[in-house]
Amino acid sequence: MGVKFHGRDSSTILYLQQSLGGRILDSHAFRGDETIVITREGLLEVFLFLKEDPKLDFNFLTDITAVDYLGKKEPRFEVVYHFYSFRAKHRLRVKVGVSEEDPIVDSLVPLWKGANWLEREVWDMFGIRFLGHPDLRRILLYEEFKGHPLRKDYPVNLCQPLVPEREVKGTFVDQRSHNKLMQLKQQFSAKS
Amino acid sequence: MKADTKELPLETMDLQMGPAHPATHGTIKFNLKLTGEKVLDCDVEVGYLHRGFAKSCEQATWTQVIPYTDRLNYSSPLINNVGYAMTVEKLLGVETPPRCQFIRVIVSELSRITDHLTCCGMAASELGAITVGFYMIEAREFLMRIVETLTGARLTTTYTRIGGVKHDLPQDFTGQVTQAFQKVRRLLADCDRLLSRNRIFIDRMSGVGLISQETAIAYGLTGPILRSTGVNYDVRKAEPYLVYDQLEFEVPLGTKGDNYDRFVCRIQEIEQSMRIVEQALREIPLGSISLEDPRVVLPEKEKVYNSIEGLMHHFKIIMEGIQVPPGEVYFAVEGANGELGFYIVSDGGGKPYRLRVRPPSFIAMSACHEMIKGYMVADIVPTFGMINMIAGECDR
Repeated sequence: MGVKFHGRDSSTILYLQQSLGGRILDSHAFRGDETIVITREGLLEVFLFLKEDPKLDFNFLTDITAVDYLGKKEPRFEVVYHFYSFRAKHRLRVKVGVSEEDPIVDSLVPLWKGANWLEREVWDMFGIRFLGHPDLRRILLYEEFKGHPLRKDYPVNLCQPLVPEREVKGTFVDQRSHNKLMQLKQQFSAKS
Repeated sequence: MKADTKELPLETMDLQMGPAHPATHGTIKFNLKLTGEKVLDCDVEVGYLHRGFAKSCEQATWTQVIPYTDRLNYSSPLINNVGYAMTVEKLLGVETPPRCQFIRVIVSELSRITDHLTCCGMAASELGAITVGFYMIEAREFLMRIVETLTGARLTTTYTRIGGVKHDLPQDFTGQVTQAFQKVRRLLADCDRLLSRNRIFIDRMSGVGLISQETAIAYGLTGPILRSTGVNYDVRKAEPYLVYDQLEFEVPLGTKGDNYDRFVCRIQEIEQSMRIVEQALREIPLGSISLEDPRVVLPEKEKVYNSIEGLMHHFKIIMEGIQVPPGEVYFAVEGANGELGFYIVSDGGGKPYRLRVRPPSFIAMSACHEMIKGYMVADIVPTFGMINMIAGECDR
């Protein structure tokens, strides 16, 4: 086994436990990945601390995602943040539990602009809302899509109906070619 | 005449560029707000190639996911294969033998070169330098043939296995690579002569698509885009995986963070990658190419056909999948476009419970509007070209 295995008491986690205290619900360092689970309340303050504390200096938000633990864990969802520090060269994973009834967490867009699309993707795939997000729309799927596909109770082979063509505002339409097209369509439908 | 001069009324215009546009290789839509020819604002729509990668992976066994990873960044599929296999190995807590690690480095770097050649060649040909486009595609072809002799496929490589690689390097691999590199170097020197002092090319690239260091970090950009702003972050150096710490190479950095810097960074990275491959081929040890661990690796065919234990072992791994202990890991490799990370949650079965890819292209596209705002519509083409969005990875 060549992979380093850190115990529970790695120095970053110890430092975090001292400074954040009751906000940390759980921590582990499985396969060397330092992880903390924090409370949903006061989320932004914790992230601001992670970003600005000179010893931690997590200036780089690597990733935001979520996991659905349907029937395995309570609360059902976990939003997972990955951080990296350019100066100290260490990583940290922060997890926040989110319940099914009230799937809302604070948005990180005020702290890291890159959170914008990542949070939109989490909303799209898991249906978790982000409070204070400037523009929470679906990103990979289309507006008419029903449900959130990465939830464990979304069937794999579910087919959703085709959506009618959307009216697009503000585009330039060449009337002549448009009329010609309509004419052709009418001719075609009259024939058949 | 003075009284008659009137300001021409300026009104903003909405223009939709895409989803199918000849200059945006990949289906993507830019909803632009223009005044005249200047871009005021831009909303990027992605997702046209979304195929439910993560959901599909949850249905497949650990080994069956490897072909899916080919389709992520289809310009450099081998890096995806390596990244995924190493993440599962980290979850298992095993480390592959040295020869396998060297092979993985070699294939990753070959893939990085093909990716950079595609990106730079296409970006140049979109600006009118179509000769450069053809030269770089020709150079890529030499490397693609090597990938083909090695893996049996050009794109759907599926070369790594959990705990090893599919098979060893073919005979006279070093000779083939040396010959190909000679030709690639000659072609790159030609491209250099065509572009480096080309007024049109420099005018279109230099000072366009600027992004500052702070903004790049705030958006989480990685790879050549981040390095072009002068931040020295390369996963191969910051957290050396495989045998990168035994090999000598440099990380090219830019200064301004414009398209020209990104182009130069990529071209220099090609040279560095060739250096890595040459060193690795010199230093590669003999030995096994995969683990001997029976929990992870399929038994030899001889055992499968001739003994009941071997057959059962084979059947178990194929039907139930490798049994991976419960837990969660994040592991990142340096992809051609930046940090390619995998976050995997296992619940102890033969299938991943959750598999998330950190796609560098997707994150680069989220900062795209910052890079095209304030420039002309025509400047979108080189900026988008140098971001090198790969729809398969961006949309998953």
